[in-house]
Amino acid sequence: MTFFLWTSIIKVVVVFTAVMVGVAFLTWFERRVCAWIQDRLGPNRVGPEGLLQPAADGLKNLLKEETLPASSDKLLFLLAPAMSFVPALLTIAVIPFATPLPTPWGEVPMVVADLPVGFLYILAFASLGVYGVVFAGWSSNNKYALLGGLRSSAQMISYEIAMGMSTVAVLLLAGNVALSDVIARQQQSTWFIFPLALAYFIFTVAAFAETNRVPFDLPEAEGELVAGYHTEYSAMKFSMFYIAEYSNMVTASALMATLFFGGYDIPFTSWDNGPPWTIAKTLATLAMFSLKVGCFLFLYIWVRWTLPRFRYDQLMALGWKVMLPLALGYITVMATAIWLLHARLGWNYDARFALALFSLNVLLAIPLFFALDRGHLISGSEARGET
Amino acid sequence: MTIGVKLLKRPRAQTSYVRATLKGMALTLQHLFRPKVTMQYPEEKATDDWAISRRWRGTHRMLTDEQGRAKCVACGLCPQICPANCIKLVPGEDEQGNRYPLIYEIDEFRCVFCGYCQEVCPEEAIHVGVHYENAEYSRDRFVYDLERLCAQTHAVSTLWDPSDPKGE
Repeated sequence: MTFFLWTSIIKVVVVFTAVMVGVAFLTWFERRVCAWIQDRLGPNRVGPEGLLQPAADGLKNLLKEETLPASSDKLLFLLAPAMSFVPALLTIAVIPFATPLPTPWGEVPMVVADLPVGFLYILAFASLGVYGVVFAGWSSNNKYALLGGLRSSAQMISYEIAMGMSTVAVLLLAGNVALSDVIARQQQSTWFIFPLALAYFIFTVAAFAETNRVPFDLPEAEGELVAGYHTEYSAMKFSMFYIAEYSNMVTASALMATLFFGGYDIPFTSWDNGPPWTIAKTLATLAMFSLKVGCFLFLYIWVRWTLPRFRYDQLMALGWKVMLPLALGYITVMATAIWLLHARLGWNYDARFALALFSLNVLLAIPLFFALDRGHLISGSEARGET
Repeated sequence: MTIGVKLLKRPRAQTSYVRATLKGMALTLQHLFRPKVTMQYPEEKATDDWAISRRWRGTHRMLTDEQGRAKCVACGLCPQICPANCIKLVPGEDEQGNRYPLIYEIDEFRCVFCGYCQEVCPEEAIHVGVHYENAEYSRDRFVYDLERLCAQTHAVSTLWDPSDPKGE
């Protein structure tokens, strides 16, 4: 018991530190990639290649003046940054990031809390994040901040459904909501990205909307809302919204890696899949997991500096008229297919099973992307011209 | 739809989301690896394809003769033509009857850098310079006196020549 307690405390501290440092470097990385995409160099002055830029930014934010608008709701105004910051970090707790680490006192599972309800916990806490944004928008007593908060709540609630629904297919294949079991199932044969390619597409779009990133960054649309829900915030409180946004990105990326890309599984080898656990395995899988998360973070940044923002009605239309029915229909089709293959034909989950589902995904994807591309589903402009 | 948005008539066949998105992503990815255009300013002040123009009109410089005296003969043309009225000139005369400036001050904050003083100067004494790094710790340091003007070493501006309009 004491062993469990001590390892848990150490893991909490280490993971918290790693995420905070990761988030700090992510802000630097985002600015560098943004600059490269625009043929510039980006921040490269503070430290080697600008790597100390986050430290300089953090120091600046600590020293800046805290402002408290006179007519704001003081309690909620002070609470809001914490309300968006804490859930963003809490969700990372259940994601396994490496194989168990052997120590002289026993094996330590490399996950802060290996909850049996892992995935449900993530959905629950991810939806708590919206409170921070809504509180911030409302308590600021600023019309732009309020609009940002309103948009955010509408958007996050709409896309949460699609996000939850898209992962049901994963849970159907994995047979369990514990993330360690989801990874174990993928290690046995094929990553879920192949049998559930469309679920990954829906999940990615929904995750972008959930984390308020471009092309769904309406809560902080600069051109329309000043800075959105955090207009009235300054110094470290503003910084906390920033950290929360980036931690959400890290969580969403880690989830994509875990649910669809085998988590910490190293592809093309089965060396890392089973005991005996060694430190080398832990380190290798940790590196693999970081690499996968890094790729998704890069995808986030890359998309942000490429795509324009959705209009608000398009956003809602995409969420409710495309993503939700699509996710529901997809679950139906996938559940039927899995039932057919598993219960009727008696196949277990293996490469053949994955291939069968993958071809089904391709069949579904062709008409879907054709319809999406031509604007039959989300009208850019013309379809509602009668108003 | 309750929100009033201005809708453009665009044929559905021409609208594209997926292809356009992929195209854009490919384009930004290419730009990621292209050579960057940033000039690392304090370290490099000119690159192969960019250098400051020879016709740049910056802070002034007074040219001197062989004895190190200012070439200025205190004729008074430059304060006369100066549209910003930033040149203060008090003429003096020595025993041989040569005029020279007792006081010659240019307020660089008032100056609009039109270069008329250089154009009008009969002795080619006062010039605007190819120079732009002028930071100082106090405002009064921006009133350049004669000694300071003579001590400047930067290149002088090549003014626009009507017979050679492109500066070739």
